[in-house]
Amino acid sequence: MEKHHISTYFSHGTVLVALLVLTAITVLVAELHLGAISVGVALLVASVKGTIVLTYFMHLKYESLFYKIMVAGVLVVYTLVIIFTFFDYMFR
Amino acid sequence: MGMWLFIFTELFLFGGLFLVYAIFRAKYTEDFHEAALELNTFIGTVNTVVLLVSSMTVAMSITAIQKGEKGRAIRLLLATIFLALIFMVNKYFEWGHKFEYHIYPGSPVLVNMPKGELLFFGLYFMMTGLHALHVLVGMVLLAVTIRQISKNKVRSDHYSLHENSGLYWHLVDFIWIFLFPLLYLVT
Repeated sequence: MEKHHISTYFSHGTVLVALLVLTAITVLVAELHLGAISVGVALLVASVKGTIVLTYFMHLKYESLFYKIMVAGVLVVYTLVIIFTFFDYMFR
Repeated sequence: MGMWLFIFTELFLFGGLFLVYAIFRAKYTEDFHEAALELNTFIGTVNTVVLLVSSMTVAMSITAIQKGEKGRAIRLLLATIFLALIFMVNKYFEWGHKFEYHIYPGSPVLVNMPKGELLFFGLYFMMTGLHALHVLVGMVLLAVTIRQISKNKVRSDHYSLHENSGLYWHLVDFIWIFLFPLLYLVT
């Protein structure tokens, strides 16, 4: 078992606070009923929250570069799948 | 490594459902808006907070086991499972409320709804149901981890099971982070 970076309880607490703040922002922006803008903001904030969970809670920040590239790669592939599907659907 | 690979498959499983949601949302925008109004944003927000806190408790439990703080690790894992239970109870009330209004997969009420609304609820039950199943699996994994910690099979120098169960749990949270705005805050 290789020597692993140990996150502090404090850092976990800080991450939670950040996530809760972002959640509040999402809900508040949704309440403004800005239509497509609200959706865009919601998705953007969700992506930030997801990245924070991946980076800190899932410890990706402290893993080797290989894991970071793997995860980033998968997310890029998924995004491409969404984009290409939409291109197809929109121009049928 | 293995757990990460599994997580990638899960991302595509739910990702595929998100894609279906996205396309049909583009096609039936008004219907989706109408249907989404039926969802309880308050419970959705509470559940989001519950899962976020549970991600913190499980992450803290790993810090504890790494430091050899056995008792604390177990208590934090118990807290995580307890929060998961709260999530499931909320889900039970949420779905129960839908069922009261005869909104459930295959119901006559649902079948007679405008097509877009039917699709929304179909996706709603499918995605939150699948997610809830994952919550249950996660609870089992965390419980097994507690058992192994108490038997000293999981310790500061040997905690892969714990770490992987934690990763799985964060995935459950990650999925909900996207599920919540797309289903509940759609308007």
